[in-house]
Amino acid sequence: MLTLLISRLSSLLIVVLGVITLVFLLIHLVPGDPVQVMLGETATPAAQEELRIQLGLDQPLFTQWWTYFSHLLQGDLGHSLHSKAPIHEMLLERLPATLELTFAGLFVALLIALPLGCLAAVFKDTAWDYGAMTFSLLGVSIPNFWMGPLLILLFSLNLGWLPVSGRTEFSSLILPALTLGTALAAILARMTRATLLEVLNEEYIRTAKAKGLSDPAIIIHHALRNAALPIITLLGLQLGTLLGGAVITETVFAWPGIGQLTVEAIQKRDYPVVQACVLLISLTYVVINTLTDLLYAWLDPRVRYHV
Amino acid sequence: MFKLLFPSIILISWLLTALLSQVLPLSPDLITLPHILNPPSSSAWLGYDDLGRSIADRLIMGAHTSFLVAFWVISLSLTIGTLIGMISAWWGGYVDLVIVRIMDIFLAFPGILLAIALSGLLGPGLSNVIFALSVVGWVGFARLARAQTLSLKNREHVLAARALGAQTPRILRYHILPLLMAPLTIEATFGIAGVVIAEAGLSFLGLGVQPPTASWGNMIRDGTQYLLVAPHVVIMPGVSLLLIVLAVNILGDRIRDKLDVKD
Repeated sequence: MLTLLISRLSSLLIVVLGVITLVFLLIHLVPGDPVQVMLGETATPAAQEELRIQLGLDQPLFTQWWTYFSHLLQGDLGHSLHSKAPIHEMLLERLPATLELTFAGLFVALLIALPLGCLAAVFKDTAWDYGAMTFSLLGVSIPNFWMGPLLILLFSLNLGWLPVSGRTEFSSLILPALTLGTALAAILARMTRATLLEVLNEEYIRTAKAKGLSDPAIIIHHALRNAALPIITLLGLQLGTLLGGAVITETVFAWPGIGQLTVEAIQKRDYPVVQACVLLISLTYVVINTLTDLLYAWLDPRVRYHV
Repeated sequence: MFKLLFPSIILISWLLTALLSQVLPLSPDLITLPHILNPPSSSAWLGYDDLGRSIADRLIMGAHTSFLVAFWVISLSLTIGTLIGMISAWWGGYVDLVIVRIMDIFLAFPGILLAIALSGLLGPGLSNVIFALSVVGWVGFARLARAQTLSLKNREHVLAARALGAQTPRILRYHILPLLMAPLTIEATFGIAGVVIAEAGLSFLGLGVQPPTASWGNMIRDGTQYLLVAPHVVIMPGVSLLLIVLAVNILGDRIRDKLDVKD
């Protein structure tokens, strides 16, 4: 386990360094002079020069990278060009909303996928199975920036049950979470079905049946437990996709999280904020992935011995 | 039968619509103020949008945009990714180590986030969208090509080719690439679904093609402001997107079953 831990952590370190470097380089992709793009055509040369010095863009590339990196280590992400506020404060203010939405999406996905996947596996090749798999196919195919408006149209505008947008009471979380969670629910339902089908063929299931256990007891205590491992792994890997998808879902529902901040910052050409948002989401994703990996190895000894 | 017929019809219609959009006398950008937000009628099948532009015409142009982006992104990602993956596995050692690390770094950006950041910084436009999505897309192909090449590299026919003195490019081209085709085709098929959604997603955020060029994504975005009074503006581009992605996913499943390649 220790060897695995060291190897995973060292590759995490390299990836983190790489992500920071790539995000740092993003600003150099801006066509033309980034300072001019950020300030607009009307800015005076003095203001341009000031921003150039403030962002360190007058320095050689390596010095710029080093400054960026060393500031990051001290938790200094710079200041927003637009509101002049420290970026780390902006991120901290928005982070709870994004985490809330992501975990709600995850919860919705599990809530839909587990029963659906179980039904499909237990009643394989029946109407239940076909129904669940059709849902799954639709779920992965429907874009969330279309599903969001449709849900708003139905549940908010026509039925008046739920708020249209924003983050106010608990009910305002339902539609965004449903929008974000559907695609994952679809993938997860398929995975649950496939894994359960495999597990149901095992001999210990036959033993449980022979003992006279009821079907629900077998599914819950024997099958689902053994199918949990691949499902947990998939969840860990897909959490990043949820974080990425949150950017669009937050925009649809005016949900005040990091994703909405990213899009707003892009529109205002507030590039340091864009960089910080991308960095935060990616680093969260990488860390979660590594933790999933380690959790998997911890839960399943077979993985440990194969490293 | 349905599993082949449905996707074929949808995807061929998509291709034909994309091609026809270049020859049909369409006026997707023509603003007609008297028709603003008019619902579908006998004279205009799909109605008009918030600027009084024909939704049918814009839908057809949108098919062109999504097809063009999907074609270029998949072609570029497939070519570059496969090449890099094969080289990485074939050479091994430090080359492989460095390439794998670079792939890990690209994979560290969740889903569409890197594409959003790239297109946001590069500015809107068709070629920027293609560039941004290819930067994100090559990694999947590279990973697959690398894994497959690693397992093929020591097969007997490859060893035989080496023993006969075949050069590396020849071995990669004639002895390994043909065997990569099946898994790469499946990856590319599912990739189309991802690219079509991503292009529309970027346009939805205002980071895709430059207005007034029609994209299903920016049509949905424009329509969301008039959801209650004119839901038809949002419905049609969404249905088109859904049909194509659905068709591609069904086709992908079908090809996978047929070629019997494990995930």
